Amino acid sequence: MQTNQLLAMFSGSLLLLGLIAFFLARGKAARVRASGTSMYAQPDQYGWFTVMSTAGPALVVGAVGSFIMLLVGAEIPPLLLLASCLVIACIGLVLGVAMVRPDFHARQAIERVIRFFLAGAALISIFTTLGILLSIVFEAIRFFQMQSFWDFITGTTWNPGASFLEAAGRAEEGASAAKFGSVPLFAGTFMITFIAMLVAIPIGLLAAIYMAEFAPPKVRTIAKPVLEVLAGIPTVVYGFFAAITVAPIIVAVAGFFGLEASFNNALAPGIVMGIMIIPFISSLSDDVINSVPNSMREGSLALGLTKGEMIRDIVVPAALPGIISASLLAVSRALGETMIVVMAAGMRPNLTFNPLEDMTTVTVRIVAALTGDQEFASAETLSAFALGLMLFVVTLSLNLVSVIMIRRFREKYRVNNL
Amino acid sequence: MRQSFDDISAQLRARHRRSARLKWASMGALGLAGLFLVLFFADMLVKGLPAFQQAQIQVEVDYSEQASQIPLAAVQEDVRPLVSRGYLRLIPGRMEDNPDLLGTSRMEWVLADGQVDQYLKGHHAKLSNKEMAVVDRLKEDGRAELRFNSTFFSSGDSKMPELAGIASAAMGTVLTLLVTLAVAFPIGVMTAVYLEEFAPDNRFTQLIEININNLAAIPSILFGLLGLAIFINFFGVPRSSPVVGGLTLALMTLPVIIIATRTALRSVPDSIRHAAFGVGCSRWQMVRDHVLPVALPGIMTGSIIGLAQAMGETAPLIIVGMVAFIPDVTNSFTEAATVLPAQIFTWAGEPDRAFIEKTSGGILVLLSILITLNATAVVLRKKFERRW
Repeated sequence: MQTNQLLAMFSGSLLLLGLIAFFLARGKAARVRASGTSMYAQPDQYGWFTVMSTAGPALVVGAVGSFIMLLVGAEIPPLLLLASCLVIACIGLVLGVAMVRPDFHARQAIERVIRFFLAGAALISIFTTLGILLSIVFEAIRFFQMQSFWDFITGTTWNPGASFLEAAGRAEEGASAAKFGSVPLFAGTFMITFIAMLVAIPIGLLAAIYMAEFAPPKVRTIAKPVLEVLAGIPTVVYGFFAAITVAPIIVAVAGFFGLEASFNNALAPGIVMGIMIIPFISSLSDDVINSVPNSMREGSLALGLTKGEMIRDIVVPAALPGIISASLLAVSRALGETMIVVMAAGMRPNLTFNPLEDMTTVTVRIVAALTGDQEFASAETLSAFALGLMLFVVTLSLNLVSVIMIRRFREKYRVNNL
Repeated sequence: MRQSFDDISAQLRARHRRSARLKWASMGALGLAGLFLVLFFADMLVKGLPAFQQAQIQVEVDYSEQASQIPLAAVQEDVRPLVSRGYLRLIPGRMEDNPDLLGTSRMEWVLADGQVDQYLKGHHAKLSNKEMAVVDRLKEDGRAELRFNSTFFSSGDSKMPELAGIASAAMGTVLTLLVTLAVAFPIGVMTAVYLEEFAPDNRFTQLIEININNLAAIPSILFGLLGLAIFINFFGVPRSSPVVGGLTLALMTLPVIIIATRTALRSVPDSIRHAAFGVGCSRWQMVRDHVLPVALPGIMTGSIIGLAQAMGETAPLIIVGMVAFIPDVTNSFTEAATVLPAQIFTWAGEPDRAFIEKTSGGILVLLSILITLNATAVVLRKKFERRW
């Protein structure tokens, strides 16, 4: 029988049993109450409790059973599983109805079940992180069994092209052995991130200073959402813009100065990424600057500082931990940004300091490795997970440092405000 | 050392000038960001608006016996390369559906080839001089003009630019986001309710909180790796399908919805909770009947913003294979599909110049949907915002 049909039968009969359970229990509770006995809960609550005792265990058994079938590959006949689930549901129904007694706290029982469910939902976010970590780590280990970890960290040549021959057991036919040295990829990633930060940090910080210290409220209410629009534009759109509009401009400008620039130069994705990150830095810095206590501003102005000196010597240093934290978050964001570099940066691993040349990034290679028609177990495909692991470690540590810094800042000024 | 009054006032002027310079520089920075936004939208409009128009030419279509075998024979030789081949291919089918057509011939407005379209829009086109002369003659006779491009909204992807449309990608987006919403909204709200209303303040709760903040900052491409390794390779969810795309996006949207819901729950004053407890509600009854209804507008706003974010996301979907070539509009959750941003990505990689126009057109559609969604969120917040 088809899985769909089984599922339909399962949920259909469970629904029917649930309905029966609800009306049986409610009816029984209503009769008990009509006889004059006072009860701890409302008849409806007894009804709902019985529905839970009917469906809950059956659903758990069904889920566990199908999970075991899927993972361990144990041969449980689907019909047997279905039947046992329904039997358990019936037992749950009988027990549930039997528990409808005046001294039974149905409402508290429901409460406990719901609490359990909510906690289960909260656990899913933990499972997501674990899932990301485990999936990446396991595939990365498989990769490092094929390739040496040391070469991956320090090698300066990224040439996965010949790896499919090795996977096919014909390594000697390849003109050159596949090489997985990730240094040029990280160099490209940091180069583009550096360019993005050169654009984003000054503009974002100055814009935040203007909005927090100078702007009249009217300008502020308009400027803030307008900046947020920049953050809301999909990255694929930025990527197209960088590749079609910005890159040719940069090539033309470079040509004007007699420089040779590639159409996949690192400058175009860097600049566009910087623009994308501006609102990120500005809104975080804006919040931080606003939470610097006003007494510090007033004190410095009273000592005769000009407004500019007050901002430069008092407000910005006080807000510095927050600003650094915002910048670190922005760096982690730029490192993991994918679409802009996939569309506008090059594919060629290139170890250079010239931003006008084409270079590639970690994320570009991840996408390239996983969209090719390689078989999954080949070293090239698995290299994506090794790169992903590095990316995960770097961004995670940046995020953690940033969180710690912002927490220090908050603690410092909460004390001052008291 | 003593300073004269003039020295001091000169110094003061310099200090004020520096202060003013900072003000202008910071204003300039904001202006620069605004200027970029204007340039960006102008560029997209200039490139994308022509995509909503499509060249059509009026030619004599001859529904002869021969045309049902060789569709090219349906039009005269001089205009043959100017008519969309995709359109001509449909002719035998139409003759089968409608046998009366056989043997007739009439003047019809038909879809022009992509190159004619580019030529009429004043772009460089790969047409021979003779073909250009024919197009010019047709234009003078009023038999070639740009009309509203309904194909762009009604058809799926195609290798022929004049037949390519966003319908299949739009459908894929709808299906994917339905999955995302169905998974992320209940789990997100439940998590937030647990953390705000039920959870004791212990190590475990703190762990969940740190973890959620951290999830929000993980690069989106890593969610794609998760989707590939766990959903596709481990659980066997069909590759490229809206289900796997939607699940992957759901995990990404989860932190956004959780954080928004928590903010909304926190803004509900405690007096409401106390009053609910006072009349004998249990904790769950208090949350269900009193706190959640008050917090609902905030939750909706956060979810819409999260959904808009998920809608523009491309990288994880590429990893789980949602960049397939989908010519037909399908409405199945388990078959291969593509989404709007992925369609934009695919078109951006096409060498034909006509596809730049299609790409920008698709971007305009995507941006207008996103702006509408975000505007809805803002209006919702404004309308239901309550100050306690």
